[in-house]
Amino acid sequence: MSAALFEYTLRLGDDALIDGQRLSEWCGHGPFLEEDVGVANTALDLIGRARLLLAYAGTVEGKGRGEDDLAYTRDEREWRNVLITELPRGDFAFTTVRQFLLDAFNRQLYERLCLSLDATLAGIAGRAVKESEYHLRHTGEWVLRLGDGTRESNRRAQRALDDLWPYTAELFESDPVQEQMEAQGIAPATASLRAAWLHTVEPPLRSAQLMIPGNTWPQTGGRQGMHSEHMGFLLAEMQFVQRAYPGQAW
Amino acid sequence: MATNGPTPDIDRARDIVSRIKDPEIPVLTIADLGVLRDVGVEGHRLVVTITPTYTGCPAMKAIEDDIRATLHGAGYHNVEVRMQLSPAWTTDWIEERARRKLEAYGIAPPRPVGSRGPIHCPQCRSTNTECISEFGSTACKALYRCLDCLEPFDYFKCI
Ligand SMILES: [Zn+2]
Repeated sequence: MSAALFEYTLRLGDDALIDGQRLSEWCGHGPFLEEDVGVANTALDLIGRARLLLAYAGTVEGKGRGEDDLAYTRDEREWRNVLITELPRGDFAFTTVRQFLLDAFNRQLYERLCLSLDATLAGIAGRAVKESEYHLRHTGEWVLRLGDGTRESNRRAQRALDDLWPYTAELFESDPVQEQMEAQGIAPATASLRAAWLHTVEPPLRSAQLMIPGNTWPQTGGRQGMHSEHMGFLLAEMQFVQRAYPGQAW
Repeated sequence: MATNGPTPDIDRARDIVSRIKDPEIPVLTIADLGVLRDVGVEGHRLVVTITPTYTGCPAMKAIEDDIRATLHGAGYHNVEVRMQLSPAWTTDWIEERARRKLEAYGIAPPRPVGSRGPIHCPQCRSTNTECISEFGSTACKALYRCLDCLEPFDYFKCI
């Protein structure tokens, strides 16, 4: 097996799953019915994406672990998602701005992954890029509505952007795993990805009267399994049933 | 019937599988939707290849189970359902006949990918319609409203 490919696929899968898990917390709590359905639908796409990626990670690893083993039996330090995905959902502005930043990232990432020399990742990306494009259109409209809405909605959206921005650096972090995947033509280069992402998020944020924070201290650690204090609580809820009844199926 | 018997009758199998309905849009078959990509034989095994509409679509698992159960019921026991991701599914694979069935059922069919044409109300055919929500009752639909007859309706998202 390729240890780097396993690690890289795990990162993609964990980002999708933890983002999907956080979004799904809105199910039944959306600000109104259509949005409740919208957020739940996006969560469903992300969790579906995570299933494909984690199943593939298990195959690459070759130790007999399946998607459920990886999702439900790993401890906090074994998770590879970026920190931005695990932050508590906050208010609707926080969830929306975070999702907008991540949708824009996924849109660019998966477009490039369609050209990956790894055929399975390229196949998953073909589906994912279309979904993320749709999600981005949705969250982009909301960012505009909140940022350029009332004084209160602008204040909340700006506060969310200020809080979230330091976490975006981690999306473009490089390390030996990333470098190896780039060298093998499996992953796109992080530098060009960052430029494309900025190009995607800046115009809508500007139209929404939202200001991108200046120099911030980057918050990282997720790729190495160093998570925030919120991760344990999220896992406790997500993994509870499998932990309490190991191997149960329905 | 023997589990590993003679080469399966592929034409009959293809006919049976292509008539399986989509669990969420029962007027369409999985062949109409373009989800069914191929029915083939590898040795003594029947291989059915499907492509998911949306990665998180819960109907995919139901479709897979339906294919297996239907084929078992018809005497095919050595069956594999294979998920093919590439090329990615697109609403352009939904045939014209199936689009008419969708519309008659009350769901506005998807526009061709890239088209900006009007969306017709499936009740009164008016093009004076508006989007209420980009997301609807299932992963593949958005919610619209007709401004003439005032009926809300599902639009099959183009992807
Ligand atoms: Zn009408």
